[in-house]
Amino acid sequence: MRGPGRWAVLFALVVLAVVMVFPFAIVAINAVKSPAEYSSQGPLSLPDGLYLQGIIDFWNRVEFGTKLWNSLLISASVAVLAVVLSVLNAYALGIGRVKGRLSILVLFLVANTLPQEALAYPLYYLAKAVGLYDTQLAVIIVMTVIQAAFGTYLLSAVLGQFPKEILEAAAIDGAGRLRSLFRIVVPISRPTLNVLLIFFFIWTWNEFFLPLIFLISNDTQTVPVALGVLQGEKYMDATMSSASALLGVVPAVAFFLIFQRTLTRGVTVGAIK
Amino acid sequence: MRVRTRGYWLYLIPSLLLFLVVIVVPFLMNVGASFTRWSGVGTPRWIGFDNYARLLKDERFWQSFQHNVGLIVAMAIVPTAIGLVLASALFDYIGKRFGPRTASALRAMYYLPQVLPVAVAGVVWGWMLHPSYGAVNQIFGLDLDWLGDPDLALATVMAVMVWFQLGYPVVIFMAGLQRVDPAYYEAAEIDGASWWRRFWHITLPQIRPEIFVVLLTCTIAALKVFGPIFVLTRGGPGNATMVPSYFSYLNFFQKSNVGYGSAIATVLALIIIVVTFLFLRVQEREQ
Repeated sequence: MRGPGRWAVLFALVVLAVVMVFPFAIVAINAVKSPAEYSSQGPLSLPDGLYLQGIIDFWNRVEFGTKLWNSLLISASVAVLAVVLSVLNAYALGIGRVKGRLSILVLFLVANTLPQEALAYPLYYLAKAVGLYDTQLAVIIVMTVIQAAFGTYLLSAVLGQFPKEILEAAAIDGAGRLRSLFRIVVPISRPTLNVLLIFFFIWTWNEFFLPLIFLISNDTQTVPVALGVLQGEKYMDATMSSASALLGVVPAVAFFLIFQRTLTRGVTVGAIK
Repeated sequence: MRVRTRGYWLYLIPSLLLFLVVIVVPFLMNVGASFTRWSGVGTPRWIGFDNYARLLKDERFWQSFQHNVGLIVAMAIVPTAIGLVLASALFDYIGKRFGPRTASALRAMYYLPQVLPVAVAGVVWGWMLHPSYGAVNQIFGLDLDWLGDPDLALATVMAVMVWFQLGYPVVIFMAGLQRVDPAYYEAAEIDGASWWRRFWHITLPQIRPEIFVVLLTCTIAALKVFGPIFVLTRGGPGNATMVPSYFSYLNFFQKSNVGYGSAIATVLALIIIVVTFLFLRVQEREQ
């Protein structure tokens, strides 16, 4: 195809791309408009100036700083703990090839696909019984186990192909298992571990159902839960609604830009499995 | 030399303990609760299969599964179909004629919605679709209650989910295309095969494994969908967007029908496990 045809294909794909990012753009321009400007000029006009009061009001109303900190604390803890658990499991399954490894892997896989609804009420009940209800720790523990289930599945396959000669050489030099794990396996698998770390962080950040059930007070809620619960409240007007949307979008887009390379590579790693 | 594997068991212990407490025991408790009448406080009363019998006759439950089918179309089938064409066009056409940078910029734009927490995507669209001040009505000069009209609500949610999901298959399929031997395409081009024929006879068969993975993961995601329903419609108006996961949540936390909610959750879990095994079985046979 030559001449106008090839531009037509490009044009169609660009139009679709514009449709896909349109909500991001329109949220951004309307979050900085005053309510008066929104009602007189409509959503499509460019803002006259920077009206930040909507964002500030919303920030203060929901104590957004606290929510950000909670999300960060929970996501970072889960990411680190789940990677540690995944490595320990994958060491036993992928390199150690313990008996029954296939059934254990299937068990982990099933746990990862299980709907959280089928665990939710008992977990809620147990958390209340041991005094962990409405604490970040409850979400951290549960999410760590769920993410580690996936991490184990993925890492076991990666470590299954780990070059045995290196480990044998280390064993001859007198390195124990624990030493081999931390001195050899972990450093060599670092790129895969980093991908897992970032994925666990973002998946946990995006999680809605379990945090919604466990975190009911203002001091413990995460960003998605706070925004999701407030959605459609009476006092929200057009600009405050878009301000709330913007505050939810910005961290996610920031992570995307920071981790873009790793993410695209990681999506691929996950897909091949 | 015989490799001794016994010592490696030790490394599984922390996980297996946590796994027992967080997954196995709660799941068994859930199944147990599904055979009882229980409000969440007091002692559960054993009622055998009554909750399941009630489910079979419950119109809301059947409707919620029909809505799930709609969401599988919106979250798995449509994004996979569009994603295939997009990925192929970007890889095989745009990438070659306008440069890989153009292709990856477009890919990033399609992928952008995927980085949002799904609840935040719901907040964004909740605002855009608001009947009185929403951007969509104002832009098109319409006066529709997108999420509040029972005839429109499910279609609206489906459209939002297509927007949300589209980037995932595009990224995976483009990655899959990278391992296809370019010689196939060159040979086809020399033989004068049209773009469409190349798509059908080279692209599709070559990235079959990726198509399977995308369909499986997206179907499971559609069966579990909760966040966007909670944020956009809370299952309403009436029953128009009710899904099993939200239906069980409702029974757990609002109606104090824990036994009934557990039965719904158990059925949903069984369906998802069966779907997973079916897909894996088919995939195994393919290879």
